[in-house]
Amino acid sequence: MASVTMRNIRKVYDNTVEVIKGVDLEVQDGEFMVFVGPSGCGKSTMMRMIAGLEDITDGELLIGDRVANDLPPVDRGVAMVFQSYALYPHMTVAENMGFGLKLAGSSKAEIAEIVGKAAEILHITNLLDRRPKALSGGQRQRVAIGRAIVRKPGVFLFDEPLSNLDANLRVQMRVELTKLHKELGSTMIYVTHDQTEAMTMGDRIAVFNRGIVEQVGPPMELYHNPVNTFVAEFLGSPKMNLLPIKWTRNGDEACIEVGGCTIPWNGNGHGPLGSVSDDLLLGVRPEHFDVFDSGDTNGSIAAKVEVAERLGDIVLLYLKVPGIEQTLAVKVPEEGHLWQRGATVTLRPRDKTAMLFTKAGPRVS
Amino acid sequence: MSTAVTHAPAGKPGKRSAPIKGRFTPWFFAAPGLLLLLVFLVLPFVLALVLSFTDQRLVTNEELGTDFVALRNYVRLFEDDSFWAALRNNFYFVAVVTPLQSALALVLALLVNQKLAGARIFRTIYFMPVATTMAVVAVIWSLLYAPDQGVINRFVGLITFGMVGPHDWLREPGLVMPAVMLLSIWQGVGFQMLVFLAGLQSIPLDLYEAAKLDGATVKQQFLYITLPMLKNTTIFVLITTTIYAFQLYTQAQIIASSGASAPIDSFRTMVMLMVHEGFRNGKIGYASGISVVFFVIVLAFSMLQRVLLKEERAVQ
Repeated sequence: MASVTMRNIRKVYDNTVEVIKGVDLEVQDGEFMVFVGPSGCGKSTMMRMIAGLEDITDGELLIGDRVANDLPPVDRGVAMVFQSYALYPHMTVAENMGFGLKLAGSSKAEIAEIVGKAAEILHITNLLDRRPKALSGGQRQRVAIGRAIVRKPGVFLFDEPLSNLDANLRVQMRVELTKLHKELGSTMIYVTHDQTEAMTMGDRIAVFNRGIVEQVGPPMELYHNPVNTFVAEFLGSPKMNLLPIKWTRNGDEACIEVGGCTIPWNGNGHGPLGSVSDDLLLGVRPEHFDVFDSGDTNGSIAAKVEVAERLGDIVLLYLKVPGIEQTLAVKVPEEGHLWQRGATVTLRPRDKTAMLFTKAGPRVS
Repeated sequence: MSTAVTHAPAGKPGKRSAPIKGRFTPWFFAAPGLLLLLVFLVLPFVLALVLSFTDQRLVTNEELGTDFVALRNYVRLFEDDSFWAALRNNFYFVAVVTPLQSALALVLALLVNQKLAGARIFRTIYFMPVATTMAVVAVIWSLLYAPDQGVINRFVGLITFGMVGPHDWLREPGLVMPAVMLLSIWQGVGFQMLVFLAGLQSIPLDLYEAAKLDGATVKQQFLYITLPMLKNTTIFVLITTTIYAFQLYTQAQIIASSGASAPIDSFRTMVMLMVHEGFRNGKIGYASGISVVFFVIVLAFSMLQRVLLKEERAVQ
């Protein structure tokens, strides 16, 4: 096991394209860290730099106590599971898993023993003589993990390993990987663009965006306290609603004007009066709205139902607020309500759940 | 080939032509290709086979006519020293050129596959001889091989400090075949290089990355990743090079026609013998016999190669 420390890491291609713009991050020993972000945000590049597959342009990378910037991949004590699995097609499963040990000069008996143990952990003992082409996607995935395990690395690196699997298998493998982390207790860094994987698997999440880390923290902390609109929107499905608002006063009370309706700020009317500008966004997660049938709009937002998606246990309502371009997503429990298209409803953000952001992105505390 | 199935439109009962149409659709699409193969490959071979049992001559003689001679052409062929010499020359050429040219092609492909400035220029340079007519190549190399002012002799003299004297490459019976081999490899290696290059570029890069993480050195990556992943390409290159090598004709024929060459049996090939017997001596029946025997030999050799080098057929 080993910690991984990134100090002001930068990556520039061809002296012009800067894909990592100074990342400072510490992955603790035994931690399951998830790098999450949209395509092209630099998360995979960061992982490849840790693996030694990409040069580090600037900054310092420590694996354990050693500066690893210039160490060859094999000497870094890391093992990587690739998105494509990268299994050697001409080798059997056992040969694939034991290849690193063979190159390291281990004896055949030793290789067989270590490979056998890893195969037991992953329940692939019956596949050891097969070639990759004779395996299903899930089985290949296990072999790729097995190949990483046998090397007994200090750090496991997973580069979007579940993205080629179907939805059911993905859920199953997600659980198994989390269990594996508990069993092995190793440091794991996991790259994904899937926020569900990030939320469910990581001890901590680092949200990448355009080559920088926007926020690092435990999944629920990021969910409840995003530092900016990017993190707020990236985590959660459907994403957080961001509504343009204006501040108004109602006597001594702070109120917000949204979609032609005036509602007290955070329910109780107390808020950062006058200390903030009008260029604000109100962030409310879909599950943090109370929805009422049409009636008194005083203190609520009036909206029209555009689409109702029934998912069995919940209903996702997509609503239109007059004067606001974007559609609002609202999550309500399934209680047999019809939610007819075009029907008018009123919405009220629950107390102390709404967040304020400036239009530039940062959260207003 | 996938079968296109056309369904009869609804509301038109009684039209039972759809399945039949479906059955013939693939043949319809294959017809032009099949027709060409039939006219230019199957038919000539069947004709050659038929003619090989006759005494057919190039210019028909109405007085003599064409008679069925059973196996006489074949018996005569196996008693002909020129046939055995040509066969020996062919095998000698194949045995040397196929492995050498393939290995050289792989080395060149590895070189031009490097991400280095100018790699593309070298790729073009190595391929240029392939685009040059063999007749022109043979003439130019004849000049290079010239005994007095030839570049080859000067070069050999230079690198051996004059210890290896000038040779008459195209007249000395022991040297004429190696000389033909050298020019043939030079002319043909670019094509195989291109095939290997395509093979190299189809190997997923993440296999090399995985191997690096497993601790493989550059040499080990070549041995454990590149070579096994090029297996099918190598088989293709070996078989096609073998077949091309068996077809050796133009360059040897031009050397033979240059007037001052080595004794003909020291470098004459099967195809040359065939052309000589058929079109110089006018013995079409006998030449057909040579072509049939030669076809069987090449076919057997290619099949043996295929059995020995089992192709990895399944695709991942």
